[in-house]
Amino acid sequence: MMKTALLVLALLAQIGAASAAEVVVYSARNEQLIKPLFDAYTRQTGVAVKFVTDKEGPLMARLKAEGRNTPADLFMTVDAGNLWQAAEEGLLKPVESKAMKANIPAHLRDPGNEWFGLSVRARTLVYNPNRVKPGELASYEDLASPKWKKRLCLRTSKKVYNQSLVATLIGEYGEDKAEAMVKGWVANLAAEPFPDDTKAMEAVAAGLCDVTVVNTYYYGRLMEKKPNLPLAIFWPNQALKGNTGVHVNVSGAGVTRHAKHAADAVKLLEWLSSDKAQNLYADVNMEYPANPKVKPDPAVAAWGSFKPNLINVAEAGRLQAKAVMLMDRAGYK
Amino acid sequence: MTFKAASWLTALAIALITAIPVAVVLLSLLHPDQAVWDHLWQYVLPELLVNTFWLVLGVGLGVSLLGVSLAWLTAACDYPGRRFFSWALLLPLALPAYVTAFVWLGLFDFTGTFTTFLRNHWGIAQVPQVRSRAGVILVMTLALYPYVYLTARAAFQGQGRRLMEAAQSLGQGRMRAFFSVALPMARPGIMAGLMLALMETLADFGTVAVFNYNTFTTAIYKSWFSLFSLPAAGQLASFLAFFVFVAVLLEQQLRARRSYAASAKSASSSPRIGLRGIPAGLAVFWSSLIFLIAFALPFWQILDWSASVFETDFDARYIEFAWRSLLLAGLGALLVAALALALGYAQRLARTTAMNVTARLATIGYALPGAVLAVGIYIPVAWLDNQLIDTFALDGQVLGGTLLVMLLAYCARFLAVSHGPIESGLGRIGRSIDEAALSLGVTGAKRLWRVHLPMLRVPLLTALALTFVDIMKELPITLMTRPFGWDTLAVRVFEMTSEGEWERAALPAAAIAIVGLLPVVYLIRKTDAHA
Repeated sequence: MMKTALLVLALLAQIGAASAAEVVVYSARNEQLIKPLFDAYTRQTGVAVKFVTDKEGPLMARLKAEGRNTPADLFMTVDAGNLWQAAEEGLLKPVESKAMKANIPAHLRDPGNEWFGLSVRARTLVYNPNRVKPGELASYEDLASPKWKKRLCLRTSKKVYNQSLVATLIGEYGEDKAEAMVKGWVANLAAEPFPDDTKAMEAVAAGLCDVTVVNTYYYGRLMEKKPNLPLAIFWPNQALKGNTGVHVNVSGAGVTRHAKHAADAVKLLEWLSSDKAQNLYADVNMEYPANPKVKPDPAVAAWGSFKPNLINVAEAGRLQAKAVMLMDRAGYK
Repeated sequence: MTFKAASWLTALAIALITAIPVAVVLLSLLHPDQAVWDHLWQYVLPELLVNTFWLVLGVGLGVSLLGVSLAWLTAACDYPGRRFFSWALLLPLALPAYVTAFVWLGLFDFTGTFTTFLRNHWGIAQVPQVRSRAGVILVMTLALYPYVYLTARAAFQGQGRRLMEAAQSLGQGRMRAFFSVALPMARPGIMAGLMLALMETLADFGTVAVFNYNTFTTAIYKSWFSLFSLPAAGQLASFLAFFVFVAVLLEQQLRARRSYAASAKSASSSPRIGLRGIPAGLAVFWSSLIFLIAFALPFWQILDWSASVFETDFDARYIEFAWRSLLLAGLGALLVAALALALGYAQRLARTTAMNVTARLATIGYALPGAVLAVGIYIPVAWLDNQLIDTFALDGQVLGGTLLVMLLAYCARFLAVSHGPIESGLGRIGRSIDEAALSLGVTGAKRLWRVHLPMLRVPLLTALALTFVDIMKELPITLMTRPFGWDTLAVRVFEMTSEGEWERAALPAAAIAIVGLLPVVYLIRKTDAHA
């Protein structure tokens, strides 16, 4: 009876079996950000792109459960920590591609070539120009100094962007110094941490606090809607010596270990990193293209240029769990 | 095969749907993650255990107060607007709680519309902080009281007014009659709703995340998503499930020996308690107040946001999204309610502790955080798929991404939602009725169909309504098990909120409310037809 049941199920499976020219994507980057790209790709190449979205954690659990029979060819997500974790769990495979190496700078891809950043998300300072002179601001580290007492607003430590920022601080200064800094931030908070970047910026605009740390595209989105808010961008860590700069994270992708259409997946990846697609990829969410030959959207470019922190984003991924524990210890909720 | 054997077989088969994914989650206990545990134990758990305790206590009291009072008013009393309120008061159910939570922040946080208005126009700078323990308790109470409202209402409707009349004829005042007779008799119904609300509270992640209020479930997600330890998340979830399992079992055993049966036929024979003067005014005030703050206010804001993005975001695809949401919620609710009825009936035929334990196991899925249960469901499905693929050299998944798996997954998650009202409804049907049926030669399935089902009308409709709306709003399981390209309205909400685009999320949220509410209002109005 078991055999018959299996056979019936097997026959069912033959209906609607996969066609050849397609790539299957599991994506934690939202539908509204990736669909326009995939549509364009299909128009240009005739290759169909099938995708399903979910949070990165469940998607990785799903890839793992499906093992060698997974239908997914490409895993796409936001944040280097998640990409690093996918590689760590053996869900991805190395891609040897000259185009990828040429298109994506070394610090924005996995040293083992298992994943590649496709857009850059800069986490910077946003301040209220009515209450702060740009000269007062300096760096992420400086936000721990007592002069910012009751003047700082932060988003919750549960958001991966802050975890990644703290991870780079650990990479730079070691755990002890980084913990002291985070404790300094917590001591300077004017309000409980906010659930998202937008709320934190609105608190700065309303005068509850003077400065916060956000991803630039949230700033872009908010200012587009309410252009009169007293908010301005400051690029931190530009004057500091050494290997530092504005903290950047990536959204990116890697080919799955058991991809059925690996060659097609690599082609899609290469196309996504090319000048043909990079603007479409980044501009739809006011992010920065990962490919340095491609200029950002004019609205984004208007915020000025900055020196990014060139620490490999994979390093932030590796240290992320440490960063989370550190923030718990420091009482950063 | 005897009825006993058949009921055991049925109950075990149903319990297996939930037991397998829960067992997968429990398997995590075999892989202790010492580093994560040490950390959680030292820095995370103390705070959040206190937080969780207060949240459960506060929401428990809140939903009981709102749910029972409103259920009593609309089920047993008569006052101006009663007909409207009887269905309007369940509307908050259709709004995803985390969206409502965000609306509350948007109105009452420091930068909120309302707070800003007070500050700028009236110079009032000091308002109570909404992002606080009291704030999160209030918002969750307003979102979850409909569970108690509906199940308590079904219980009050099933009691019949004779009970109250009997108590009053014995010289008790109306108030005392309520507290000494009607309320205790409705206990199974109230507890059924309360348990649902509390399980939902314990398993909630979205709402507490908006308030940045750390609970046990926050730690589960932290372990998984931030510390990348799915085993630690599974272990924490196992403890949560175990705790709920024991609590529910205890509550059941405590009242197992009492009878809550009432002669239901008397329901239609006696009139409602007519309220006049000040009591009527208070009833109208209380019903309107809750309706306004729990539904009208957040829904107005959601509609306002929807209007602002309607032109850019609304397209023909919404018809597909809505259609799929309706299909899934409709089929899912029918299946879940049918299984819950079978389970409840099996319990009636074989009344033993072992059967009670089986029923509690079958309904434990609701206490687990959705995403954890989703993984527990997906792992065995993928395993079975892999066996099939290897055995028959197939070139793709058989089960993964099918409607069948989705529906079974909803059963694993939502059986409790249907089972609660049905179980308490069955409890109100006296044994004497079974005996009477037996003496007329009506037994087995025929007895269920001819005798019990008509008496279970209200509980069944309640179960269908609750399960339907819950599936409409469900996210983690839908996300993980849906076929490619099979997006629903809830999936649209997810796409928008996960990048913080709350205003754009309002459009699909409003669609859920509108599309989901029509069938529910219809169902609940049907429960009124008799009473």
